[in-house]
Amino acid sequence: MWKYVLKKLLLVLPVLLGITVIDYLIMSLAGSPLDMMTGPRVTEGAIAARAAQWGLNQPIWVQYWNWLTEVLHGNLGFAYKSGQPVSEIIGSHLGPTLLLMGVSMALGLLIAIPAGIYSAVHRYQKRDYAVVSASFLFSSVPGFFLSLIFVYFFTVKLHLLPSSGMYTPGTGGDAWDVARHLIMPSLVLATGVAGGNIRYIRSAVLEILEMDYLRTAKAKGLGRRIVIRKHALRNALLPIITVIGMQIPTLFGGAVIVEQLFSWPGLGQVTWDAVLTRNYPVIMGVCLLSAVGVLLSNLMTDILYALADPTIKY
Amino acid sequence: MRKKDLSGKYGPLLRRFVRHKAAVVCLFVLTALILMALLAPWITPYEPTKPTGAFSQPPTAEHILGTDKIGRDMFSRILYGMRVSLLVGLLATLISTLIGVALGLVSGYFGGAIDKAIMGFTDMVMSFPYILLVLVAAAIFQPGMWSIVLILGFVDWPGVARLVRGNVLSLRETNFVKNDLASGMPGRYILFSEILPNTIAPVLVYATSVFALSILDEAALSFLGMGVQKPTPSLGNILQGAESLSVLTDKPWLWVPAGTVIVLLVVCINFVGDALRDALDPRNAEG
Repeated sequence: MWKYVLKKLLLVLPVLLGITVIDYLIMSLAGSPLDMMTGPRVTEGAIAARAAQWGLNQPIWVQYWNWLTEVLHGNLGFAYKSGQPVSEIIGSHLGPTLLLMGVSMALGLLIAIPAGIYSAVHRYQKRDYAVVSASFLFSSVPGFFLSLIFVYFFTVKLHLLPSSGMYTPGTGGDAWDVARHLIMPSLVLATGVAGGNIRYIRSAVLEILEMDYLRTAKAKGLGRRIVIRKHALRNALLPIITVIGMQIPTLFGGAVIVEQLFSWPGLGQVTWDAVLTRNYPVIMGVCLLSAVGVLLSNLMTDILYALADPTIKY
Repeated sequence: MRKKDLSGKYGPLLRRFVRHKAAVVCLFVLTALILMALLAPWITPYEPTKPTGAFSQPPTAEHILGTDKIGRDMFSRILYGMRVSLLVGLLATLISTLIGVALGLVSGYFGGAIDKAIMGFTDMVMSFPYILLVLVAAAIFQPGMWSIVLILGFVDWPGVARLVRGNVLSLRETNFVKNDLASGMPGRYILFSEILPNTIAPVLVYATSVFALSILDEAALSFLGMGVQKPTPSLGNILQGAESLSVLTDKPWLWVPAGTVIVLLVVCINFVGDALRDALDPRNAEG
């Protein structure tokens, strides 16, 4: 087992390196932060001084190399202008994003898994069509449009829920306050998660229901409930693990648009600001974090898969 | 006689499609929306970018969806916006499907080191956080319609590539391809006359979902101001106005119709794609 994990880890490293190279290239092509320094009082000398200060006067590969050696020494660099350590910026915004995405994902899967199974068990009946249609609707509503609708009803009309931030300014932000702020953004994100996954889980369960061993179980005269609960659902665990694995990456990318709309103080906002101001060290920090997150979750999926499915050899 | 032959080939396919009543309705709605977008200049007398009425006017007989804050007719803005959104979706889907099919074919057919390299690259693109890639790419180019087309086109291909590769791998094991190989048919013939036609159906189905996704992504990017730029209307940038609270609360005609059109378009494309999947699936052939 450990040998398997180690082997997988060794395979992940070159991919991670490749991703950071591509990230750095795309980012540098996107434009230099020096372009942002314009105005009558900005002199050539000032720009050159900045370039030297930020190390931008060197060729791209030298910049990348410097960044990489710093990262290997545990230093993610410092944000331009504010000079704040990138690790600190990420650290202070990681919590809200993990909270938001964790709650949304749990909520989405809590809808998707039972709905998908229900739909598969009642295949080609009216209930099945209803669930599938709902899932199409869920995945077809743009998140920002749904957010607008929610804000319209719950904030403007009903005065029930706050529409921005993570807690009411001035208050300490107790759990109840945070929960109230969390409802709308997490519902918007959960809708998207549920929409795509209902159909995925439905077809995965359908495939299992057609297996010979289930026919055998039914032929033995076992009750419908026992067949589904004991024989089908246990085997449906595999595709469900895959679904959860596929969702984790989005945790790290952060829901940029939703965070933006609800002024949620998470990584999505940090990313958005960093892209707009071309804050290289911050962009690279977020990219690195998300790449590590994605690769680790892929690895976890592989390992869980190997644990859940005895036919996979490692 | 000939007519009977045709119904023999496409009849069952059509029958299986028609079984999905929702999809048939959606096909009609979609056709109607596309026609409205195409015939926009003949349907609406107003230019989408020129003020033609009072500011922020609620719907009236003259302006059936009202006017925006500088007096442009909302109905014609939505029609022209639909044009832009559909065009962006279509072109982005075309580009990503072409790239995906090409890479998938090469990867699956030649195998070995080429396959490893292409699939490694595909995995890398796939493990990028999608929105981050799009955002950074949107910052590279000057935002606008053509850059959105290129960005979405160059980001959405990995799914198609994997799908095609998988298909090629399984087709290579079929008897008719083995037969071709054994009888020394040229690779060009096997690839384009035997393998490619047999992967078209799943690619077509996949392309419908990419089309739907591209429309959603264009809307989101334009909404954020990184997509299609004003004054050209797109369904996404029409909704930008709703970020202001007074529009959101007091002028629903400025944002509800445009959002509804997006939902309608995407839902319908998804339903049609789903019915197509069922109709084209050879496992349902007896039905």
